[in-house]
Amino acid sequence: MTMTATLGHAHADPHHIGRATEHPGPAPKRIVTAYGFWVFLLSDIVMFSCFFAAYAVLVDQTAGGPKGSEIFEQRNVAIETVCLLLSSFTCGMAGIAADVRNRLWFYLAMAVTCVLGLIFLAIEFKEFADLVARGYGPSRSAFLTAFFSLVGCHGLHVSAGVLWLLTMMAQVFAKGFRADVLRRMMCFALFWHALDIIWVGVFSVVYLLGGGA
Amino acid sequence: MPAVPTVEATMLGKLDWSAIPLDQPIPLAAGGVVLLVILGVLAWVVVKGHLPYLWHEWITSVDHKRIGVMYILLASVMLLRGGSDAIMMRIQQAIAYQSQGYLPPEHYNQIFSAHGTIMIFFVAMPFVIGLMNLVVPLQLGVRDVAFPTLNSVGFWLTATGALLVNLSLVIGEFARTGWLAFPPLSELSYSPGVGVDYYAWSLQISGVGTLVAGINLVTTVLKLRTKGMNYLRMPMFCWTTLASNLLIVAAFPILTATLAMLLLDRYLGFHFFTNEAGGNVMMFMNLIWAWGHPEVYILVLPAFGVYSEVVSTFSSKPLFGYRSMVLATMAICIISFMVWLHHFFTMGAGPDVNAIFGIASMIIAVPTGVKIYNWLFTMYGGRIRFATPMLWSVGFMVTFIIGGLTGVLVAVPPADFMLHNSMFLVAHFHNVIIGGVLFAAFAGFEYWFPKAFGFRLDERWGKVGFWFTFVGFWVTFMPLYIAGMLGMTRRMQHYDVAEWRPWMLVAAFGMLLLTIGVLAQVTQIVVSIRNREALRDRTGDPWDGRSLEWATSSPPPVFNFAFDPDVRGEDAYWALKHHAKQQQLEDHSGPEYQDIEMPKNSPTGFVCAFFATVMGFALIWHIWWMVILGGVGAFATFVVFAWRDHDEYVIPAAEVERIDRINIEERRNLVSLAGTL
Repeated sequence: MTMTATLGHAHADPHHIGRATEHPGPAPKRIVTAYGFWVFLLSDIVMFSCFFAAYAVLVDQTAGGPKGSEIFEQRNVAIETVCLLLSSFTCGMAGIAADVRNRLWFYLAMAVTCVLGLIFLAIEFKEFADLVARGYGPSRSAFLTAFFSLVGCHGLHVSAGVLWLLTMMAQVFAKGFRADVLRRMMCFALFWHALDIIWVGVFSVVYLLGGGA
Repeated sequence: MPAVPTVEATMLGKLDWSAIPLDQPIPLAAGGVVLLVILGVLAWVVVKGHLPYLWHEWITSVDHKRIGVMYILLASVMLLRGGSDAIMMRIQQAIAYQSQGYLPPEHYNQIFSAHGTIMIFFVAMPFVIGLMNLVVPLQLGVRDVAFPTLNSVGFWLTATGALLVNLSLVIGEFARTGWLAFPPLSELSYSPGVGVDYYAWSLQISGVGTLVAGINLVTTVLKLRTKGMNYLRMPMFCWTTLASNLLIVAAFPILTATLAMLLLDRYLGFHFFTNEAGGNVMMFMNLIWAWGHPEVYILVLPAFGVYSEVVSTFSSKPLFGYRSMVLATMAICIISFMVWLHHFFTMGAGPDVNAIFGIASMIIAVPTGVKIYNWLFTMYGGRIRFATPMLWSVGFMVTFIIGGLTGVLVAVPPADFMLHNSMFLVAHFHNVIIGGVLFAAFAGFEYWFPKAFGFRLDERWGKVGFWFTFVGFWVTFMPLYIAGMLGMTRRMQHYDVAEWRPWMLVAAFGMLLLTIGVLAQVTQIVVSIRNREALRDRTGDPWDGRSLEWATSSPPPVFNFAFDPDVRGEDAYWALKHHAKQQQLEDHSGPEYQDIEMPKNSPTGFVCAFFATVMGFALIWHIWWMVILGGVGAFATFVVFAWRDHDEYVIPAAEVERIDRINIEERRNLVSLAGTL
């Protein structure tokens, strides 16, 4: 720092607040993008928390319809969970492949992630379809309303994630590992992992707590 | 409902000719006038050949300053719409004593619902977001916001919501449920029409826009600050922007979820809030106010920021108690999430819960009081200039204190049991929202207008506008406090109590003054545009400002600053300016001018909003094929955007230098002129 700068500093900063650390300036684009996406994910989690809260409020309002323990099939849920957790691992693999610019491993890992996501969705869809067929649709009771909404909201997110995943594969195919493509890939990975975290919540609150007597 | 849908039902959903209110002259005439104005403006734009300019420079712009201006323009137009609703309601209550008045009940109910919805979501919100967009990157000393294209998307989605609300004037109807659409009234069994659907979908779409703006501004403040701009050197407006947008990010998803639940009830027969099958109406109350109370602070915190800037500038003093102001802002940010239940003390939560929330509500008055004292002490001993922005700020302090005090009053649960849903409450929240947010919007408008457009606003008309609005506000809303004390409840289409009548007449007269105030401000803009050469701000610093937005020209070049400003303390520009005066405004001998990369304009926001409008309209009228079309279109828009190969363009160093030199020359002339005086 020059002489004048130090003088100006002492003058304009009576509390000596700026002395400890000087802010270095705007962050690089990669940091800014990821940071913004984190903020979005937090807001998304707030939205999910509303559906969790609604579920907690309405879980006992079965209106003469079935309780959770009567309709949940733990085996299917276990398969769903394994699929989603595995897909998080393969999604991480895809991220690493993108970082080292390996197309083959990238496509492979993304494809496996996609398939696991689709299996998850298929099982969930079948669960929903069976319930509706037995007359236990979301209109049956407030409990089923909250159940379908919470689990369905997560399912919609996974569907959007699959769409995003396919778009990312197409982007890498068309554009290669460009800086902006890599930033989007990073955001996609964050999104996919966040869905996993939310599923852990859904699994615990809905299926584990509700599965017992 | 026929079992097999007809061709018409498949193609047009619920839409048919009965949707056009041919039997109701008022909305039809209003809609017709609006349509004529829009078509007239469009025709003028096309005939004069302004369309390419408008498209390239504004509609597709990703420049935060332009987007800010468009937000404020949207808010101003919607203010006229919401204001017209207010005038109609005041006239109705003035004449509907022992008579039906001139507005039938179902129309009156739509008007008060639309008035609240429009004023909060499409006036107050876009106005403060517009100011933040315009000013915050300049104050932080950076070239743009964190996500410029998303910023444009956010604006256009907000505009989509506003468009849908106005569409309900002529196609169908608006909600008759009040501005928060409480169930079970808003459920399908009690509101079978499309009114609530218009309400909910326009808020869902504009809510996405608001969330995008919130994420963008939080990231901008936290991650994009120029060199040396430590947190505790940020101007107060940046701090309040941060707090407000943190609240947006945390609270708007709650609104999205709540409205989604209401829509699921209405569209798919879910039972979140119904009376049947175990639905829970109180859950809606809790959820909507868990968003709704922070929303109040989302609006008023940036307003506090505007006052902080204005009071400090026009007192020619640094803001008193800067750090206590930061602390107060963040305290309000947090406590605002802990008071939501005071909106329904009367709905059976019990004395313990009511007491806790009553005390929390009173506590939030403490940091607000800190702020008021800080502004007063900033003025104390300062050389105060009573320019129009300062008048709005002082008017705010006088007005807002009364609103705050009546707020503390209704925060006492026993008192609230008396005043709940009365005109007293109506007076209270208008007192804080008009006195707090709207006055700040006007103060900020007058204060930053020269920065945005390069010329000042006419002071004489500005002061006429202020005094009529200020007096008009008091004459309109103080009688409502009294009417509330006399037992008048809110939202009355007609009444038979003679004691209320005189106060309604006084309030209607106050509305006349308010209207004159608004007209004076419109006149002010017209007069100022005509006299713009005389009012030209050549230096970029018309108010002797203190923060970095005044360090660049008015209007600023697209890149804001030729060099990244190097900040060394609070009131960054004030220090720079005085340094420069001592140095006789030395030439830039130091760093060389360099090429600047700026984000390219993009129609993504506009096209995306077009598809959102299509989708929203289709959802409201159950036209399912069109819903799919809109959704696919919006997705395709994003993919096309993501496929671009060049998202930035370069402004060559020579051009940067040319633009910067002009401004430096103007400033030097001013300093030498000041030296000769």
